[in-house]
Amino acid sequence: MICNADEGDPGAYMNRNEMESDPHMVIEGMIIGAYAIGANEGYIYIRAEYPLAIERLDRAISDARAYGLLGNNILGTDFSFDIHIARGAGAFVCGEETALIASMEGNTGRPRKRPPFPSQKGLWGKPTNINNVETWCNVASIIKNGADWFTRIGTEKSKGTKVFSLVGKVKRTGLVEVPLGTPVKTIVYDIGGGATDNKKVKAVQTGGPSGGCIPDSLFDTQVDYEHLADAGSIMGSGGIVVMDEDTCMVDTAKYFLEFAVEESCGKCTPCREGTYQMHRILEKITEGKGTNEDIVLLEKLANIIKLTALCRLGQTAPNPVLTTLRYFKDEYLAHVEDKRCPARVCRSLINYYIDPAACRGCTICSRNCPVEAIDGKPGYIHIIDQNKCIKCGTCMEVCNFSAIVKLSGESIDTPFAPIPINKGR
Amino acid sequence: MDRKNVSRIARKYNVYSGKLLGVLEDIQKEERYLSEETLKNVADVLDVPLTRVYSVATFYSFFNLVPVGKHIITVCMGTACHVKGAYRILEVLQDLLGVRPGETTKDGKFMPTTHDKKFTVSTARCFGACSMTPVVMIDGKIYGYVNAKNIPLILKEYGWGEKNEN
Ligand SMILES: Cc1cc2nc3c(=O)[nH]c(=O)nc-3n(C[C@H](O)[C@H](O)[C@H](O)COP(=O)(O)O)c2cc1C
Ligand code: SF4
Ligand code: SF4
Ligand code: FES
Repeated sequence: MICNADEGDPGAYMNRNEMESDPHMVIEGMIIGAYAIGANEGYIYIRAEYPLAIERLDRAISDARAYGLLGNNILGTDFSFDIHIARGAGAFVCGEETALIASMEGNTGRPRKRPPFPSQKGLWGKPTNINNVETWCNVASIIKNGADWFTRIGTEKSKGTKVFSLVGKVKRTGLVEVPLGTPVKTIVYDIGGGATDNKKVKAVQTGGPSGGCIPDSLFDTQVDYEHLADAGSIMGSGGIVVMDEDTCMVDTAKYFLEFAVEESCGKCTPCREGTYQMHRILEKITEGKGTNEDIVLLEKLANIIKLTALCRLGQTAPNPVLTTLRYFKDEYLAHVEDKRCPARVCRSLINYYIDPAACRGCTICSRNCPVEAIDGKPGYIHIIDQNKCIKCGTCMEVCNFSAIVKLSGESIDTPFAPIPINKGR
Repeated sequence: MDRKNVSRIARKYNVYSGKLLGVLEDIQKEERYLSEETLKNVADVLDVPLTRVYSVATFYSFFNLVPVGKHIITVCMGTACHVKGAYRILEVLQDLLGVRPGETTKDGKFMPTTHDKKFTVSTARCFGACSMTPVVMIDGKIYGYVNAKNIPLILKEYGWGEKNEN
């Protein structure tokens, strides 16, 4: 029996919290599970990025052994069960159950075809039950309070509660536990308090690299397995990343595809080569070199990979692209047709300008520019040489007078050479 | 690491599942990277083919096959950090430390080290500290809410900007 604590979704950390704050809850669930299915060996596969969780679990397991709750003849019965910790080493695909098992057997973590499912043929060829940390954590309280108590919460098909990691551009970030079926807007606005800095929330991304983006127009969507799937996303482990008007959806899609390229185990061609090609097209678009044909090709590739990849990493990798194409086509078109990034994120498509009306001639920006692209002297309106500028944004970060603006697809009038600031303005 | 020490570490593992990865991680904790000699000795002691040890060591991003600097700075590139400008943080760090962006080491990983061997810059995907993004980890310690202005202050805690001590 295995507890999957690989928590690979970057941006989600509920499992880490469960293991660090109440490791015995996981252990208790596993003991009950082992008793129910007649297992004698249990493992917790945990990612190396969580040293504190490993330490606490280790301690909790020793304590449980000392109390006779783990080991031979638990509490004087003829039931024996022990738990060991196995560590991961930074590979997303190892969260997939067959890859995880390969990893525990001392191999590179590459998935294999299912069936046979792990419950038929798992670790060392033996039947293996594998579940997530949160699943095991629910066991004890369900047994204690009864199934009716648990199923009363939630919706017709999605029962109980779920912990979500609410992060990104939202006022109150953190872990939230809500009944399944809670609308997105309740989570983002009532619980999360909406976007920071008076910005407007544009979308949420759920389900990590396998999931999709849900636009604010669909924030009535209930967060449960069925409704998220209808919207083209998934529940996944429970990550909810909030994006505001300063987040570029094409860049977001590119980010996830880059992730897929790096994390693809390389075993099957659609995923290994397909995600690479998709990433290249997205790169082209964000650089302002994309064409309308690229968008068509991107969508075609996405659908093919979805159907032909071996494991769910590959099959779901196109989701971030497909959902952004579905809900934010206008942003793709702005990049391709107008060579403009509406969120002003994609570097090739933005420019920094100094607003002559706001510049105080303090020289901080020109002293900090890494490529000396800013011309000026004390008391003079400064000017950025667009040919030299590498668009790092340093000047904007250091200017104390908000005189530097970032624009895409438009420009403002600036003098050709530094001129003295009109003191009377 | 020599055979004797590899055996010492391997003895801690009384079950076979998770042993190879565990042993490699423990060695890396002590020696900070896995040398060719180490990989050979691990293969020998655990009685698995060297090719397997090598493929495992290169498959998982956690392992370093080349020596690293005194302090390891890991920039989180997870989704929550990405939307809060993690790329910019990486860029500022590279700039301050004078390492070339995109520079990779012999094992093909992105892990540039400064000339004085004081700092190695690397990236990771999420430390589970996503409520205080963007996040940087230095030698296992998490720093949240980093930005272009506070990074130099953090680096100073680790002796950045001081004359070389050797
Ligand atoms: C690419 C990939 C990554 C996965 N990562 C994780 C993970 O990090 N944690 C996890 O519990 N399940 C992960 N899974 C799902 C597991 O394969 C498995 O379905 C899950 O552990 C079952 O637990 P549950 O039924 O209790 O949710 C992943 C699946 C895929 C395809
Ligand atoms: S889909 Fe990707 S991760 Fe999954 S087996 Fe194929 S190459 Fe590997
Ligand atoms: S930092 Fe701002 S105010 Fe100072 S010179 Fe540059 S643009 Fe002008
Ligand atoms: S995404 Fe950076 S800590 Fe989670």
